[in-house]
Amino acid sequence: MSISVNGLTKIYGSQKAVNGISFTAKPGRVLGFLGPNGAGKSTTMKMLTGFIPQTSGNASVAGFDITGQSLEVRKSVGYLPETNPQYLDMYVKESLAFIADVHRVPDAKKRIEEVIEQTGLTPEQHKKIGQLSKGYRQRVGLAQAIIHDPQVLILDEPTSGLDPNQLVGIRQLIRELGKTKTIILSTHIMQEVEAVCDDVVIISKGNIVADDTLAGLREKHQGKSLESIFIELTSPLTP
Amino acid sequence: MVAYVTIGVFLLVLGLFLWVFPESSILEYGYAGLDSLFSTAPYLFMFLIPAITMRSLAEERKEGTFELLATRPLTDWQIVLGKYLACLLIVLFALLPTLVYYYSVSALGLPQGNIDTGAVIGSYIGLFLLGGAFVSIGLFASSVTDNQIIAFTIAVFLCFVAYSGLDSASTLLSLQNLGIQRFGINEHYQSISRGVLDTRDLLYFLSFIGLFLAFTKTIVGGRKW
Repeated sequence: MSISVNGLTKIYGSQKAVNGISFTAKPGRVLGFLGPNGAGKSTTMKMLTGFIPQTSGNASVAGFDITGQSLEVRKSVGYLPETNPQYLDMYVKESLAFIADVHRVPDAKKRIEEVIEQTGLTPEQHKKIGQLSKGYRQRVGLAQAIIHDPQVLILDEPTSGLDPNQLVGIRQLIRELGKTKTIILSTHIMQEVEAVCDDVVIISKGNIVADDTLAGLREKHQGKSLESIFIELTSPLTP
Repeated sequence: MVAYVTIGVFLLVLGLFLWVFPESSILEYGYAGLDSLFSTAPYLFMFLIPAITMRSLAEERKEGTFELLATRPLTDWQIVLGKYLACLLIVLFALLPTLVYYYSVSALGLPQGNIDTGAVIGSYIGLFLLGGAFVSIGLFASSVTDNQIIAFTIAVFLCFVAYSGLDSASTLLSLQNLGIQRFGINEHYQSISRGVLDTRDLLYFLSFIGLFLAFTKTIVGGRKW
């Protein structure tokens, strides 16, 4: 079991951001992690990648406990944060070399060429990150996430800021990677879920409201569109 | 870029003080010594080192790039020490060119080469340790806020207190018997500058640096950001 989350809870002050959620993600499958803004998606991802500590509960990623074996977890995870923070005065290759160095990637130079190719950064590879458009910065973030060939990928809105042409390419890449790795990705675009994901977890206000395969979810709701299922499950109007 | 400007300003101001401005000029002073370098440099460091360190953690926090570092397989100590050594290296690069002055003063001495080499070596070690202490203060100040200006201001203030503030405070009548100048950097800096590398002074600097790095690590590890 590549990612298994067990009663994970995060409380900020008096606000429960994530309320004891449990789910699993399996290797060779892409899990879509959906929910309205502020539902706790990013918070969950930050806990899984060891950026912020959980209040209670536990989770294991790639077989390692996120509290006790944080370093091992971070070695085997590729993470693309929602805000995609970058060192803007670094060159594309420089920043990839830095990340490759942190992960002690063998034969880094060749691997950097590979990921630049994979993420379609080739025409922009000699620029500074600060000079890139949002879509290309997003690709740099993605390249950094996959450079050490991690078993698990956690991608927080990986396709935000991409144009329709780029979308197709990146989705294809995610599908490709999903064949061998465990991927969790969050998104607000329902077509993307349909195009990329095998499994779906929907959370709302910190609670899980759906956890099923994509086909299973459709079946349960008598073939309604994913969009209306999402609205039905997470709308503040329905109790 | 920050580094080049800071090193440039450091060398320019130091050069002016040592060779141009009459009150502190070696030429006017009449003795072949580098004393005015070692009494001026700490005050320059007090402003320039916080300028170097203010960015290191505060900007990571503001721009969110800290998330990039913290979710990689790096321990908090690795991050803190990496930042510390990077800043310390800049300080070292600022100090290296001033070795030229040693040659100048030695050549200007009468007879030539009449300079107290032992004291100069000691003073350089002292100045480097002082720089190291200031960098640890600056890094700590940079970790407590995401605003670079605040980080700078806190660092300058703490550097001042640590360097000469405790000295000055110890002259207050009610504090005279407490000997708090022992905790100040100046006393230990002066002691090393005499050319005697006492293990107590060395230990003082190392524990000073260690203490502030531990504070920094605690704050970085707390992740209240």
